[in-house]
Amino acid sequence: MIIDRRKFVRAAGLGVLATAAAPATKLLAEEQLVTDHSGDMPLKQPKPLTAKRWAMVVDTRKATPENVQKAIHACHHEHNVPEFDNSKDEIKWIWSEHFDHAFHEQDLHYIPEHTKHTPTLLLCNHCDNPPCVRVCPTEATWKREEDGLVMMDWHRCIGCRYCMVACPYGSRSFNFRNPREFIDEINPGYPTRMRGVVEKCTFCEERLARGKMPACVEATQDCGMITFGDLEDPNSDVSKLVRKHFSIRRKPGLGTQPEVYYIVPDDPEEHDEPTAHGEEEHS
Amino acid sequence: MIENALKGGKGYWTWIVILLAIIGIGALAWVRQFTVGLTTTGLSRDVTWGFYIAQFTFLVGVAASAVMVVLPYYLHNYKEFGKLTVLGEFLAVAACIMCMCFIFVDMGMPIRIPNVFIYASPHSMMFWDTVVLFGYLLLNILISRVTFQAERKGIKYGKWIKPFIILSIPWAISIHTVTAFLYSGLAARPFWLTAVMAPRFLATAFAAGPALLILIILLIRKMGTFDAGKKAIGQLSIIVTYAMAANVFFVLMEIFTAAYSDMPEHLNHFKFLYLGLDGNTTLVPWMWASSILAVISLILLFNPKTRKNFALLGWACVMVFFSIWIDKGMGMVVTGFTPSVLGDVVAYVPTLNELAISLAIYAGGALIVTLLYKVALDTRARMAA
Repeated sequence: MIIDRRKFVRAAGLGVLATAAAPATKLLAEEQLVTDHSGDMPLKQPKPLTAKRWAMVVDTRKATPENVQKAIHACHHEHNVPEFDNSKDEIKWIWSEHFDHAFHEQDLHYIPEHTKHTPTLLLCNHCDNPPCVRVCPTEATWKREEDGLVMMDWHRCIGCRYCMVACPYGSRSFNFRNPREFIDEINPGYPTRMRGVVEKCTFCEERLARGKMPACVEATQDCGMITFGDLEDPNSDVSKLVRKHFSIRRKPGLGTQPEVYYIVPDDPEEHDEPTAHGEEEHS
Repeated sequence: MIENALKGGKGYWTWIVILLAIIGIGALAWVRQFTVGLTTTGLSRDVTWGFYIAQFTFLVGVAASAVMVVLPYYLHNYKEFGKLTVLGEFLAVAACIMCMCFIFVDMGMPIRIPNVFIYASPHSMMFWDTVVLFGYLLLNILISRVTFQAERKGIKYGKWIKPFIILSIPWAISIHTVTAFLYSGLAARPFWLTAVMAPRFLATAFAAGPALLILIILLIRKMGTFDAGKKAIGQLSIIVTYAMAANVFFVLMEIFTAAYSDMPEHLNHFKFLYLGLDGNTTLVPWMWASSILAVISLILLFNPKTRKNFALLGWACVMVFFSIWIDKGMGMVVTGFTPSVLGDVVAYVPTLNELAISLAIYAGGALIVTLLYKVALDTRARMAA
């Protein structure tokens, strides 16, 4: 009996030790990731970008077909988004629509022709009050309270597509078939998905964690078409932009509180220096 | 008792073999869908729910309709329904199982369905729908089993089952209410954003379900196995009449609200249903067929002469059933997506693979009904002899 009890105590002790050690080994493993291979000196882990409320401002005055394509390509390449030749299976995290189509509920008839056709980037709005999160039966999609990102767990999603039904913006896509065969060049730094799950833009939470701006922002930083930052910080670029310029959001009447703001396109003739900053960078 | 299912004539076995063959073909189609993905369906990024979810919605109504025989018998002691309650409950059991099958085949990741319980999310209407549907299935299995065992032994069922029977009445209402809430609580879909959705679902349920029950009873009567009695059939047909009338009334309410307010985001969906939108007229002939069937069936049902004629009543029930099936099983779900959230009309037509799977699930339901009814009716016949 005594031996049995001793054995038990010892085993229990080992168990406790193992549990305590688990996070430590995990930490070690993570440390290794940032270890420079040339020497043993660990690299300083890049500081994650944090915010109380991540938001995006899309300045459609700076939107050209090329700029827009750059943003889409950067995102889709980075995140292993497959490309299908039919719209039925289509997957898109960020895409472009004409301005009057993106804001179709505004019934924009009498606006400048130029404005109508301005390419407008659409993506997940990371709503403050996201209906997709409300309807998800498994919490495979949820709102990260600390910074407002609407997250996805592709390993929990059952593929019921209720979130796609509830999203008023068409921001979500479903893997109707195995996407891996339709990715031109797989980025090993990001997971691919399998058939049967829903996916969408994550505001590049994986890049923010490594101290980087979202891929679409980085790809278009020359022209400054997309600005990303903390809307709760009055000194952030996004806060300054929405204070300075008239901006609109998609379907604000639904109460979802989208966090992607659009500075509306204006008439290019009245505009003296439309992309002065961008042109400088290009030349 | 159960051995009755294994004894039958040539007609019985032919029917069983036909059903099994349809189930077999559907199972193969499902294996294809499971291995390739839901790309084998007509669904797309814009029309994300389609035929499967529509059948699920329709069948929840059939399941809920059992209450229309249970309530008069147990609450109002309407004796004529005494022999029908078990048949209504068996139909509910089959309908519940079909509902679950339709949900199962609609999932992108069916093996992960337990996640709904592991990560139970009370903020999701889908969670509640799963709970009430499972609960309703269990209630009906329990109640039908206990009451039928008692009937077989010639005794009265134990008192303890009565609370379960009483509970099953509001529970039946709840399954179709929660199913309506799946749709009617979404700001993104103006077509479904209507408070009349749940009442209308219940009206369609209490019309289509008892209509199906009448058809089955008339069929059994013709085969000579069991006669429910003229009074019971008459009472059921009155239930069908008023439920159908309520349904048509609700449809007219919907159309008035959309048409008179003239708000494009509401009206466009009705245009798509009855006139076609952006050149897409896929559903137009179906919806008009549904409307015409509804009107003719109501004329036949309201006129006591035609209602009391069993041949005409049978036809009226067929019309009620298909009118509602078209409305819920074809129109209701797809129109929520047409036009899409971006205002586009994206065509959706179910594929053959999708239809084969759906047909197999219906065959499965028919098989369950056949076996349960065979067992029950043969037992009753032997007791009478």
